[in-house]
Amino acid sequence: MAPKHPPKARLEHSENVAGGAAADVHEAHHPSGPLRWLLTTNHKEIGTLYLVFSLTMFLIGGVMALVVRLELFQPGLQLVRPEFFNQMTTMHGLIMVFGAVMPGFVGLANWMVPLQIGAPDMALPRLNNFSFWLLPVAFLLLLSTLLMPGGGPNFGWTFYAPLSTTYSPPSTTFFILSLHMAGISSILGAINIIATILNLRAPGMRLMDMTLFVWTWLITAFLLIAVMPVLAGVITMMLLDINFGTSFFNAAGGGDPVLFQHLFWFFGHPEVYIMILPAFGIISVIVPTFARKPLFGYASMVYATASIAILSFLVWAHHMFSVGLPLIAELFFMYTTMLIAVPTGVKVFNWITTLFRGSITFETPMLFALAFIVLFTIGGFSGLMLAIAPADFQYHDTYFVVAHFHYVLVPGAVFSIMAAVYYWLPKWTGHYPDERIGRWHFWLSVIGVNLLFFPMHFAGLAGMPRRIPDYALQFADFNMASSIGGFLFGLSQLLFVWVVIKCIRGGVPAPAKAWDGATDLEWSVPSPAPLHTFETPPDLRRVAS
Amino acid sequence: MTPVQRTVTKTLVALVAMVMFTIALVPLYDVFCQLTGLNGRAASEPRVFTRGEVDESRYVTVQFITRKGNGLPWRLEALDRQVRVHPGQAYEVNFVFTNYGKSAYRGRAVPSVSPGEASLYLRKVTCFCFQEQRLEAGERLQLPMVFQLARDIPESVHTVTLAYTLYPMTGPLAVIEDGTTGQGGDA
Repeated sequence: MAPKHPPKARLEHSENVAGGAAADVHEAHHPSGPLRWLLTTNHKEIGTLYLVFSLTMFLIGGVMALVVRLELFQPGLQLVRPEFFNQMTTMHGLIMVFGAVMPGFVGLANWMVPLQIGAPDMALPRLNNFSFWLLPVAFLLLLSTLLMPGGGPNFGWTFYAPLSTTYSPPSTTFFILSLHMAGISSILGAINIIATILNLRAPGMRLMDMTLFVWTWLITAFLLIAVMPVLAGVITMMLLDINFGTSFFNAAGGGDPVLFQHLFWFFGHPEVYIMILPAFGIISVIVPTFARKPLFGYASMVYATASIAILSFLVWAHHMFSVGLPLIAELFFMYTTMLIAVPTGVKVFNWITTLFRGSITFETPMLFALAFIVLFTIGGFSGLMLAIAPADFQYHDTYFVVAHFHYVLVPGAVFSIMAAVYYWLPKWTGHYPDERIGRWHFWLSVIGVNLLFFPMHFAGLAGMPRRIPDYALQFADFNMASSIGGFLFGLSQLLFVWVVIKCIRGGVPAPAKAWDGATDLEWSVPSPAPLHTFETPPDLRRVAS
Repeated sequence: MTPVQRTVTKTLVALVAMVMFTIALVPLYDVFCQLTGLNGRAASEPRVFTRGEVDESRYVTVQFITRKGNGLPWRLEALDRQVRVHPGQAYEVNFVFTNYGKSAYRGRAVPSVSPGEASLYLRKVTCFCFQEQRLEAGERLQLPMVFQLARDIPESVHTVTLAYTLYPMTGPLAVIEDGTTGQGGDA
């Protein structure tokens, strides 16, 4: 089924934009002028909008992280008041999770899923436009809470009740509304991606012919459908508790604050896989390209992704080991959590085996992908340490946890997005990204990120609590190193912005197949990809058999 | 229906199912806690004592902790901080409420038992926690709590901690019969 375009399309053929056979047919009615980006329903333009939004949020959330790191540069309170510090840690987390990483992956899905399955567009283009434009509104609202009386959210990105209900600032209602909007955007985006992947694949493309990126996004979209309603439910209960006198999470009225934590993490743990499964897909696409070998263990990669998704619903209480769970629950959640290491290990094994005896070249996307494999695995190992319930009593709420989840999210999810951007920029812009600046960006980022997060392991093991603007003197050296690493990492992202802008404006022209070892369908359309591709779907029936 | 519409319908059905599931989780959680004693929430209603012999072969230490929630100028003290009991034996302990505020307040002590599994075996016939209290300014009130640990409490439980947290009672649900408004709250 092709997306419906108004029938007046065939009027003008005056300007033949570079590229595919039927590319110019729909130019006539394409939105132009100032409202072009507001009204567009083209998956490539919406993908670009998502990616630009994600980068903007990444920089805003990054500045907040730098405020935190600046305050923690030395012990004692010097730069910001503790109340503002709390708002910075909270907003940093919320913006990075819901504003940077998730929209970043959705943007990549918008751009690349139709191209990788041979579809002309997303299945629901208008809905696609709506899903995107909810986000700027949601995050403007969220950011505006910082200017409201009482300040913005200050209860941590996990917004545990009763801190986020009984003791929250008045702006919390706005925070709930903005999170509702971001959640609706995610749900609509997920529905669109599922409908696209299940219905618009090129003739002859079976599910097991899809690239790993498409596969991981399909599974991620199902996770989103399953857990975003739980988030919506939790924040609605908060809203009722704050404004309508209910007692879902209020012990005085017969509620239970622990219920909040169960509900939140029932959403929250699948959520962390929503932020890493598409990364697995990206790495599974980039590594074979630059190793010039097919991906090792394709089917096992698909099954491992599905296993991780299913297991993610059975591990939520490992975030709550110290809340007073019965022994049997501690054991159950400890073992299920450790079980996740098995499918994840399958993935790491497959990537390494793909590299084995490959003819590897080290272009910037590959550098980021390799760093992902190494550093994500470090984050996975510290996750295993945290999974051990008795040990977690020591690590809980310390900087060890901060080190763990930043290792899986920054050199994990964020590096994978950067790898994807460097990998697909030739397809998007028609130019190769500047390899020299790219390498500078990579090495400064990789050094910065390790200097930033590795010392946090030690500070955490020694007992430094998270989310506190001050700390005991013995943590001073670790924190100073972390802060220097933070600024190195943060400032080197300006190089990334420079590379992207430079690449959009010009550079070495890229052919349709921009990378030597690339085999997927998107490399069969010209670079830059014309606005409309695969209007006649590629026939893969012979190839597939 | 086109195939896309069919897929979208199915995802929407799944979505609605998850919304219903989330709403159902709240009562399900309460039922689950009642059945398992999770979070020590099973101990807020009167329960009859189990009859039978007192198990004099072992002792269980029962500790009492009191906390004060925000917005109530009260003090709650346990006169007996800790007692050593035989399973099956009934005991009485006393608590003292003091209102050091300048006006009358209503409040309620909400219990919590740790470890959670012990809450299934802690039986109380008399407890101030079953209803709210009203204290005049400066009033001091001593109230008893009569409890028993059931004989079949697991051998692994050596210490049971009973925590009471004081919360102010406000709002229309708790308007006092004589017509005075729900004075109190954030002092």
